[in-house]
Amino acid sequence: MQSGVTLSERYLIQEVIGIGGMGSVYRARDLHFPNVVKLVAVKEMVNLAPDPQVRKTIIRNFEREANILATLTHPSIPSIFDYFSSDDRSYLVLEYINGQDLEAVVRDAEDFLSPAQVVAWGIELCDVLSFLHNHKPDQIIFRDMKPSNVMIDNRGHIMLVDFGIAKQFQTGQKGTMIGTEGYSPPEQYRGEATHLADIYALGATLHHLLTKRDPRLEPPFSFEERPIRDSNPDVFPEIEAVIARALTYEPKDRYPDIDEMKEALMAAARQTGLLARMPASKAIPAFQADGIKPLWKFKCEDEVRGTPTYFDNTIYVGCYDNNLYALNAADGVLKWKYPTEGGIVSKPAVFDKNIFFGSEDKRLHVINAYSGKIVWSHYADGPVRSSPRIAEGHVFIGSDDGVLHAVNSMTGRAVWTFSAAAAVRSTPFVANELIYVGSENGEFYCVDFKGKVKWQFRAKRGITSSPLVTEHAVYFTSLDGHLYALDPKSGWVLWKFRLGKGSVSSPTILDNLIYTGAADGFIYAIDLKTSKEAWRFRTEHQVTGSPVIYKDALYCTSIDSHLYCLDAKSGQLRWKYATEGPVTGSPLVYDDIVYIGSTDHQIYALLA
Amino acid sequence: MFESIKKLFQKETSPEEKEPVVVSESETVPLSPQQVEDIIAHQSMQYELQQLIAASGQSVGKQRELNEDSILTITTTLAGNAGNIPFGLYIVADGMGGHQYGEIASNTAMRVFGGHIMRKFHPYLFSLPTAPLDESLQELMLAGVAQAQEAIQREAPGSGTTLTAALVLGDQVSIAHVGDSRAYSVYPDGRFDMITRDHSLVGRLEELGQITAEEAANHPQKNVLYRALGQGEVLEPDIFTASFPKKGNLMLCSDGLWGVLTEKDMHQAMSDADTLERACQNLVNAANAAGGPDNISVVLVKMVGQ
Repeated sequence: MQSGVTLSERYLIQEVIGIGGMGSVYRARDLHFPNVVKLVAVKEMVNLAPDPQVRKTIIRNFEREANILATLTHPSIPSIFDYFSSDDRSYLVLEYINGQDLEAVVRDAEDFLSPAQVVAWGIELCDVLSFLHNHKPDQIIFRDMKPSNVMIDNRGHIMLVDFGIAKQFQTGQKGTMIGTEGYSPPEQYRGEATHLADIYALGATLHHLLTKRDPRLEPPFSFEERPIRDSNPDVFPEIEAVIARALTYEPKDRYPDIDEMKEALMAAARQTGLLARMPASKAIPAFQADGIKPLWKFKCEDEVRGTPTYFDNTIYVGCYDNNLYALNAADGVLKWKYPTEGGIVSKPAVFDKNIFFGSEDKRLHVINAYSGKIVWSHYADGPVRSSPRIAEGHVFIGSDDGVLHAVNSMTGRAVWTFSAAAAVRSTPFVANELIYVGSENGEFYCVDFKGKVKWQFRAKRGITSSPLVTEHAVYFTSLDGHLYALDPKSGWVLWKFRLGKGSVSSPTILDNLIYTGAADGFIYAIDLKTSKEAWRFRTEHQVTGSPVIYKDALYCTSIDSHLYCLDAKSGQLRWKYATEGPVTGSPLVYDDIVYIGSTDHQIYALLA
Repeated sequence: MFESIKKLFQKETSPEEKEPVVVSESETVPLSPQQVEDIIAHQSMQYELQQLIAASGQSVGKQRELNEDSILTITTTLAGNAGNIPFGLYIVADGMGGHQYGEIASNTAMRVFGGHIMRKFHPYLFSLPTAPLDESLQELMLAGVAQAQEAIQREAPGSGTTLTAALVLGDQVSIAHVGDSRAYSVYPDGRFDMITRDHSLVGRLEELGQITAEEAANHPQKNVLYRALGQGEVLEPDIFTASFPKKGNLMLCSDGLWGVLTEKDMHQAMSDADTLERACQNLVNAANAAGGPDNISVVLVKMVGQ
């Protein structure tokens, strides 16, 4: 219906406020009150089912809802004002609730809802279910408890809406499927629906509200495998236990009636002091860096924005004081430093006892790993911020001159150049005799060993991130806020994952998960096959460094000045360490030691 | 010429007993079965470029009156700068729902989902697109499922269908899956890797240890799905990308096949065949020989060349 339509010469339709399977719900003005604005909700049901049997059932259900509502008076149940049909449409006119349904509330919440708030709603829901279950002469089973059927009005109280379901369960051949909502208990599949089903569904609703995980997207009856505190450790175990009992598989093991569940919920809330502290303050787990002392620190003369490299008991790292430092990996004592004429932001590469690295002095420098003496250098026409990739006797490196350089790794002779459309700061990846690299205007190139383009792809913004190539896909992030997975042979986008903001972080993989950071401050773990998020971890500022995997841990830096160590599978924080300035580079982990450089001018070695 | 011999021989169960076949004016002798096999083996090595071949088989079964399954097989290559990339779209949908709506549901799923994918690829197949595809393959498939869901709820309310769709592009296969039709990677040594997961209620109860495998096999609700296209307000299809099974086949089938035959039976039926078409037919025949309680659909896809 368009807004402006008047129904029954009385209800002026204003706008759609909800869309259901059979029709929509509108906000309308009741024109019988010309001097005040009286708003009502008009629920429209469009009956298009061609089969007369189905049509009848649908109409019967709708009438049933009207009749139930007409007999009930409760502050959490909307009043019904009118009911009428015209042609193949039927209408219910209900009390207008100025608010939002819980499904929208939980979906739109950036963080977890406050457990105290959810428990308060849970207690109100127990009240209204108790009213229905104790209704005389006939008990009423709501049968459709779920977040989308609960409205929160503008005073924060709950309203139960949608009394329209009458799902009949038939057994027998395929063809009678049950569209489970994920909130329904197992016995509904046997056609049973007692008040214990409402208790289960309320448990499922509270579980969803506390974990932010929609049970319709999970295998049915999987609550037991997904304890609330696994997703949201801020929920007290006492609260978790109450909801777990409501969700037991066998109806007889649940609370025998809703009043008992309400009492248990209130007792748990009292015990934990939950109801006393509303609204709950968001607790941040207090992981302090107290216990962690670096093995050693080394102070340079300017910011360290690059990433260290390890070779033969030595740490090589570039600095904005223009030097490349060689430090003893065991104690951080300076072995030598090699001066260039520009800042060094990249990660050095090692090949054949030589150290390869680019500098903002527009050169690719190659120096002896032991003596720090120059072997050869290659000139680009712009600062070199890309890290070198060495393969098949060649060094591949990008430059701000917009060129990918291929240089003989022994002699330093330029073999070919490939012109990209913009600066190349991404580090090339070489696989299957192909070179993969991004550029700052968003073009991504796949080039063969002769420097000829095999395919190219365009992101909406720059690709500073360095690609990671497996036999399945080419992975990289872009400043356009996506993590991409491209087919390595053709460049087709297999999937892309939307990050909160742009990213220059380069992804890394462990088992079935791919990890990356982004400017929204999160470290993400994404399933490689399904492109679904496994977890995300919030740091306090942008994540520009790339995550690194070592054993079962993930190490990642943040502009918030910390190095984080997370459990790679779950994303749980193991420890963090604060440097004295933002950290832009990536960590290096070798032999149980993590090395990072910080813009506080220091290089740190910490126990992994 | 070899093709005609092959065809003749395939129709017969015992080619040795046949009369000599004259295929040209010059004097010939019939080829022994061994020779024919050698020829076929030799032929199969002649694929120079990487490409897909596909075949399908369908039967209403022995106990149903209607076919409520729908299948789609599209096999081609996409020409482009990166060379000719194998392209294939394969769908099996198994409809269900009273009032003969099952057929409409599976058909709608196939048309709407397949149509969505093919419309997106139309420019890449038949014109020279200036812009790359804006969506990822997984996003494309997700949108296709959503459209199919909407269409089924509109055109056949109350009904539902499974949908197992495979979009092959190059070496990767992207799968969209709802319900209990299946996709397998099938290897010549008889290994069947199921790459989809059934959205079956009874299967789920079995997983939870609530019922035994035996109880599951005889459960009155063993055909009840907890996810189906056309059902429910929120539908979460399984969408993922995997590598195309090199050295093997990709198989899609409805439960009229996998519910009746063991993996061993299926392997047997396939290894007796010299072509994909014959393998499909053997599978269908085997399911019918085992009682054919339901509609049977199968699609086999193979990557050859390179």
